[in-house]
Amino acid sequence: MKVVYPHMGHMWICIKGMLEYLNVEVVVPPPSSKKTLLLGVKHSPEFACMPLKLNLGNFMEAAELGADTIVMAGGCGPCRFGYYAHVEHAILRDLGYRYELVVLEPPQKHIGELLGKIKHITGQQSWRRVINGIRFGYNKAEAVDKLERMAHYCRPRETKAGATDRVLQDALKEIIAVSAPEGLPVALNRAVDMMNAVSLDKHRPVLRIGLVGEIYTLLEPFANQDIERKLGSMGVEVDRSIYLSEWVNEHLFLGLVRNTGSSKLAKQKAVKYLRHFVGGHGLETVGSTVLYAKQGYDGVIQMLPFTCMPEIVAQSILPRISSELGIPVMTLIVDEQSGEAGLVTRLEAFVDLLARRKQTGEVLA
Amino acid sequence: MSVTVGIPRALLFYYYYPQWKTFFDHLGVKTLVSRETTRGILEKGIKSTVDEACLPVKLAVGHVLDLYDKVDYIFLPRIVSTARREYICPKFLGFPDIVRNNINNLPPLIDYSMDLYRKGSSLYNLFYTVGRQFTHNPARIFMAYKKSIESLRMHCQEMEAGWLPFEAGGNHNHEHRPQSAGVQDVTIAVIGHPYNIYDRHISMNMVKRLWDYGANVVTADHLPENVFRREAGKLPKQLFWTLNQRMVGAAFYYFDRPEVDGLIHVASFGCGPDSMTGELIERFARQGSRKPLLNLTIDEHTGEAGMVTRLEAFMDMVRWRRQLDDVAATYY
Repeated sequence: MKVVYPHMGHMWICIKGMLEYLNVEVVVPPPSSKKTLLLGVKHSPEFACMPLKLNLGNFMEAAELGADTIVMAGGCGPCRFGYYAHVEHAILRDLGYRYELVVLEPPQKHIGELLGKIKHITGQQSWRRVINGIRFGYNKAEAVDKLERMAHYCRPRETKAGATDRVLQDALKEIIAVSAPEGLPVALNRAVDMMNAVSLDKHRPVLRIGLVGEIYTLLEPFANQDIERKLGSMGVEVDRSIYLSEWVNEHLFLGLVRNTGSSKLAKQKAVKYLRHFVGGHGLETVGSTVLYAKQGYDGVIQMLPFTCMPEIVAQSILPRISSELGIPVMTLIVDEQSGEAGLVTRLEAFVDLLARRKQTGEVLA
Repeated sequence: MSVTVGIPRALLFYYYYPQWKTFFDHLGVKTLVSRETTRGILEKGIKSTVDEACLPVKLAVGHVLDLYDKVDYIFLPRIVSTARREYICPKFLGFPDIVRNNINNLPPLIDYSMDLYRKGSSLYNLFYTVGRQFTHNPARIFMAYKKSIESLRMHCQEMEAGWLPFEAGGNHNHEHRPQSAGVQDVTIAVIGHPYNIYDRHISMNMVKRLWDYGANVVTADHLPENVFRREAGKLPKQLFWTLNQRMVGAAFYYFDRPEVDGLIHVASFGCGPDSMTGELIERFARQGSRKPLLNLTIDEHTGEAGMVTRLEAFMDMVRWRRQLDDVAATYY
């Protein structure tokens, strides 16, 4: 059995670590690229959102590398993601790919369904080792998130352009290379030291922008055209409303790990504008925008794939928040037609606007 | 002084209006339904909604705008779930908030949740909280609720008997059906969300057109619940959208029926659930059946000629296909 799972940013690092610790053979699809997208677009339903198309492309490329089993998360609505795996499987089957499908999702009838699936993937491993493996994967996710956060801080302040990203890649390699839980803290320390060694100009004035929106477009650099790096090079410190480890903790472990940032606060803040959850991250998008406004961020950018239902609800509410709390909000919608130049132009204009606004604000004060 | 509650002629109006009306009637509350969709109503809705929203949502906002200076309250229940472990689309979950945050000077919205997601939840919660706004007499609310359930049942029965929602409701006016009713020689199943196929403006009068072409029209709403649920059970995973479960179940059912000659799948541009289920229906169609399937996508652009051309071509194809089948049956 050679297991494949779709790409979502740096998620592959944690899942690869977890599965290989459990002696499962893993095929990591090539990083999402134009080719992945083309393959996906060709065979997906036209109005499906972009993550589905990229997932499909990932699976088709992984098949060439010998993968034969798909492991995916599922869900029970109302966001479309809950039905992704089955639609993708049907499409792949009709194209002649022979994939076995294992969907990990909240069980319909009995917890045994889920446990059975985990057993099916991991084979003859003891449950103790499985749990250790899952914890190992989670810790890797935390480590990666920590490095990403540091990179967010460093990018706008680096004295040599591009230095942060080069170091970040090396630091991530340290995390990737770890194959057992014991080695992780040491590797993380080394990686953090590497990041700390990036030479910074700490007094440089920077703008701060919060990124909110749909999880896949936020986490996958190919889907968002590497927006974090682009903003970083324009002198903007970004913060994301969603990090992988937080998401895993809240949705898969049901908040088992304490003392981490939680979307609970965001949800409370959202109530004034949106009184019911709407699936996906709609509620978090609204709440995080309110939070960023209160924390004094200079602006907020919402990212969503075209036709994403929960985010459209959030998008129709953001203008009201923007005018009531006085924080500029821009919505960026991505799909297979998105061009890089268009994005850069809009980002530059937005950043200019924020800089001007900040300047006049300071002068008036 | 009696109050008036406005009900927009949009979204799940086509399923639940008889129930809502009966309920308010028995509480002594006047109801006002927004006018039938016109270009003007749609335009108003488009202006007040984000571009990315789908056609039905824009239209529903337009209908709210049509009502908002004429009534004391607008009845806009937050329809979360109408069946256990199922949802309606996310936009329905957030619809009252979309309205509230995009339109100023609204009359009070009655936006309590209709939520049957959990086991043991009941519609009565919604009606009780709504009723409390107008009367303090619980017995009266309960009686009105009972009556409203009764009229919902009648409405379902009428639809299962072959009426369409805009004809049902006691008056059975036949004015839209072709009077001469020449020969209705083919049967076409129209599969789509109720608010798309029954709204005469945005569907560009599709049902009437099909009648005029001599087709007998059947929809998903003509099937009893147990039938479409059984059919939809053929999917590898149960769908979590009630409306789409109905559509997929109906499509599977009609593909198997010999008297149905063709299917039309109507989706609005950018509809999330339809992008998934449309794909599944199409794959099923190619595998198990030779019946013609037409995929129509509608949006706010008015291109009536495009619709007419495609419907005519589809009808021609259905008839030719059937003739060929007849010929084949004669010779072999």
